[in-house]
Amino acid sequence: MTSAVRRSAFSTSRAFSAAALPDLPYDYNALAPIISPEIMELHHKKHHAAYVTNFNIAMEKYADAEAKGDLAAMIALQGAIKFNGGGHVNHSIFWQNLAPVKDCAPPSGELASSIEADFGSLDAMITKFNGSAAGVQGSGWGWLGYNKETGKLQIATTANQDPCSTTGLVPLLGIDVWEHAYYLQYKNVRPDYLKAVWQVVNWSDVGARLAAAK
Amino acid sequence: MNIHHTKHHQTYVGNINKAVEANDILKGKSIEELCAAASALPPECATVVRNSGGGHWNHTFFWQCMAAPGSTNGPSAELKAKIDASFGSIDEMKNKFNAAAAGRFGSGWAWLGQQEDGTLVITSTANQDNPLMAGIAEPCVPLLGLDVWEHAYYLKYQNRRPEYIANFWNVVNWDYVNGNLK
Repeated sequence: MTSAVRRSAFSTSRAFSAAALPDLPYDYNALAPIISPEIMELHHKKHHAAYVTNFNIAMEKYADAEAKGDLAAMIALQGAIKFNGGGHVNHSIFWQNLAPVKDCAPPSGELASSIEADFGSLDAMITKFNGSAAGVQGSGWGWLGYNKETGKLQIATTANQDPCSTTGLVPLLGIDVWEHAYYLQYKNVRPDYLKAVWQVVNWSDVGARLAAAK
Repeated sequence: MNIHHTKHHQTYVGNINKAVEANDILKGKSIEELCAAASALPPECATVVRNSGGGHWNHTFFWQCMAAPGSTNGPSAELKAKIDASFGSIDEMKNKFNAAAAGRFGSGWAWLGQQEDGTLVITSTANQDNPLMAGIAEPCVPLLGLDVWEHAYYLKYQNRRPEYIANFWNVVNWDYVNGNLK
């Protein structure tokens, strides 16, 4: 897999560098049979790549509008920046949150004790998470996040590609529940996907994010 | 088509029926009336009516909007006149419709509708919202709708929503659309 790195000629004094599609930390077939190679390839090469492309396009247009002092245009572009920028942020986290089954060990250390303290047990947290994520209407994400103010872990959902930060939480783990994330394999049965996906959650990445957030 | 009908639409039907059984305030209303009232309902009902009531109405409408390719005759003279008046031409209308469908971020629907003053409009709505839902969507009488939830096209078109949209025109049931005109 090669990253699609895009360098754009932004005519702005601000130091914005174009977003780039990150490589997956594993092959497209690495998460099978939990997530099929076909889904992984489409999800990365098509969906995430499109968010990156469209985010860069929107940012270029935004830079132009800003240079012209065209506030109306700047405001009109904010939807596209949020959709596509959010899509890029969310998927970049997602690929790191997942790992081949053999590389997944249960939560340990601070993460494990936080989960127990804030949910009772890992199973209880998963049950709560899946309930919320299954209930997302339309497209969106389920999140396990860290609340800096309370010091606790919390479950949240966001619509479309709204990043976890819009809930006020630091993202630790995100599960994509857009239909493109599971449809080819699980069809309409999103709960089956949610049951299975925990087998490929990379708890050490989740733990590292918690440590970084604290 | 099979999964869309027997699973997705069926689930909306099951959920709205359950909600009506559990909430007296929803009883004795048609699905259209439920959609129209969605924004005014108490929070515990509003969500399920919007999502599952809307989902049921939308899909019922959608199946009728389609027919085997080549089996219907195209816009009636009356519809064509209205399209030309509102958009310039049928092609212009399709371009606008296609853009609305492709540009609907996340899940939702694109609509060709008729406003109270007779003019035609193109809009899109999120999730299972529809133009019947006062206070939620731009009001109009739906003439034609297209489901752009990923489940509507993913098995065949994957991420290629624009291709799905372009091909949709091959299965539009113009007799039904003509009949929706007020």
